[in-house]
Amino acid sequence: MPHASKPLRRWLLEAGSRPGRAIHAPGRSLSLDTLATTTTIAPLRAALAGRSVLVAAGDQLSAGLALVELDGLARRIVLAPPDLKPSDLPAVLAGAAIDAVFLDGDHPSWPADLLVAVAGPPMPLPPDGGEARDTEWVMLTSGTTGTPKMVVHSRAGLVGAIDPAASAPVWGTFYDIRRYGGLQIFLRAVLGGGSLVLSQAGEPVADHLARLARHGVTHLSGTPSHWRRALMAPEAALIAPRAVRLSGEIADQAVLDALARAYPGATLGHAYASTEAGVGFEVTDGREGFPAAFLHPDRAVAMKVEDGSLRIRSTRTASRYIGGGAAALADADGYVDTDDLVERRGDRMHFVGRRSGIINVGGLKVHPEEVEAVINRHAGVRMSLVKARANPITGAIVVADVVADEPFPDGTGGDRQTAMKAEILELCRATLPAHKVPVLLRFAAALAMTPAGKLQRRDA
Amino acid sequence: MDMRAVIISTIEAVASEQGKALKPLTDDLVLLDSGLDSLCFAVLVTRLEDEVGCDPFTLSDDVYFPVTLGDFIRFYDDAARQQAAPTLAA
Repeated sequence: MPHASKPLRRWLLEAGSRPGRAIHAPGRSLSLDTLATTTTIAPLRAALAGRSVLVAAGDQLSAGLALVELDGLARRIVLAPPDLKPSDLPAVLAGAAIDAVFLDGDHPSWPADLLVAVAGPPMPLPPDGGEARDTEWVMLTSGTTGTPKMVVHSRAGLVGAIDPAASAPVWGTFYDIRRYGGLQIFLRAVLGGGSLVLSQAGEPVADHLARLARHGVTHLSGTPSHWRRALMAPEAALIAPRAVRLSGEIADQAVLDALARAYPGATLGHAYASTEAGVGFEVTDGREGFPAAFLHPDRAVAMKVEDGSLRIRSTRTASRYIGGGAAALADADGYVDTDDLVERRGDRMHFVGRRSGIINVGGLKVHPEEVEAVINRHAGVRMSLVKARANPITGAIVVADVVADEPFPDGTGGDRQTAMKAEILELCRATLPAHKVPVLLRFAAALAMTPAGKLQRRDA
Repeated sequence: MDMRAVIISTIEAVASEQGKALKPLTDDLVLLDSGLDSLCFAVLVTRLEDEVGCDPFTLSDDVYFPVTLGDFIRFYDDAARQQAAPTLAA
């Protein structure tokens, strides 16, 4: 069976027994061998075959189990993200023609015409060979406004960037596996037979890092915001990953340098991927941005810049949107507009921000991310958020919230704050044109993150 | 709080940050001739909102822009007084 068309369970079965390999959640582990050879939905397997199934499991481990159960069996898997709003559910059910739902326990009332499958105790997998369908996978985008878009992927596209022959490491991720970035790590663990340490919503960073350390994580990934938060915890010193990976937000030089200092033995990569565009590329030279040579129509991942934003075409890009009112996902040539704006500096392309995040200061554009990158260069800064504030003269002006690397001590803290604020603004004035320099700069204890692990931006 | 002193010192700070040379800050100074550009005014209004707790441009329903420095100070004085006064509707 060709690599891309092999359902997840096939991968696990053909890999043979993998003693000690498991998917770990807080207080619960599921061995890959159990996952390969048992089923929790034995009585319903026949009824679920060929259906469009919403995976609405309450936790990541159960969702992962559902993916292995359903891939090859269902016609379509729709992966509900943890923050799917009940008010968006009817549109999802109708848009994806869902006729069954996979749950892992107590559940609210579902429409009577849906087949409800609840995971039970594991039973031996019957040798029925029913897992050969080319199941379609649907992921939901994590936009904070409007109803989520439903993005269709083929299994082949989802696993297209994975090398199953790679040694089986202990994967860890700050992402939720029900989103694109986390799913990539889950699929790597299943296809390559490695272990995986899952994150859990609400778990303190310190506890998560301690679990990662206990399971001996070797490959760890998250957004720059995840990493900045992790580096603030003393427990970050407990782990010694061989590979450190960032994606989902702009990896600026400051966070790359901080990670290189914290984990000197690790390969450090920042990757570009999105739910729509799929896995684009990875950069491992420790520098922000990516080589301009990547912009080429003949590469396996073809890229171009049009109207300022990065466009990507590859076999890993999603095939289409489904659901009401969804626009075309790609242009006539098959390129997906990422809405991520890039700029050439020498032989390097740099991400400057999201198209939707631009602040307009009296007709002049400011990307919050480019200002944050400058602020983050200050040695005492851990992370920052630049945002617009309404202004009667220029429409908007730029303000910043800054999280310091270490809390300011009582007593002399006020002086230190004032001095650091002056240094940061001096750095901004020396580097940026006047309209991009924050007019107000405040210190904050922490910055809010979205459920997808990105810095919470009001209009993101 | 002496509104005039706060406004004058904030104008001086903004001008120095933005590298602008200021004319003498007299009441009859026309703001557009003061040496401050529109970004400076935007910064000034935001800083003052932070310092004095109000932005009269947003508070007022009229489209009004003070012409001289004296007008500007009065505009802020009025807004601060209005904000401090208990409203009848309350």
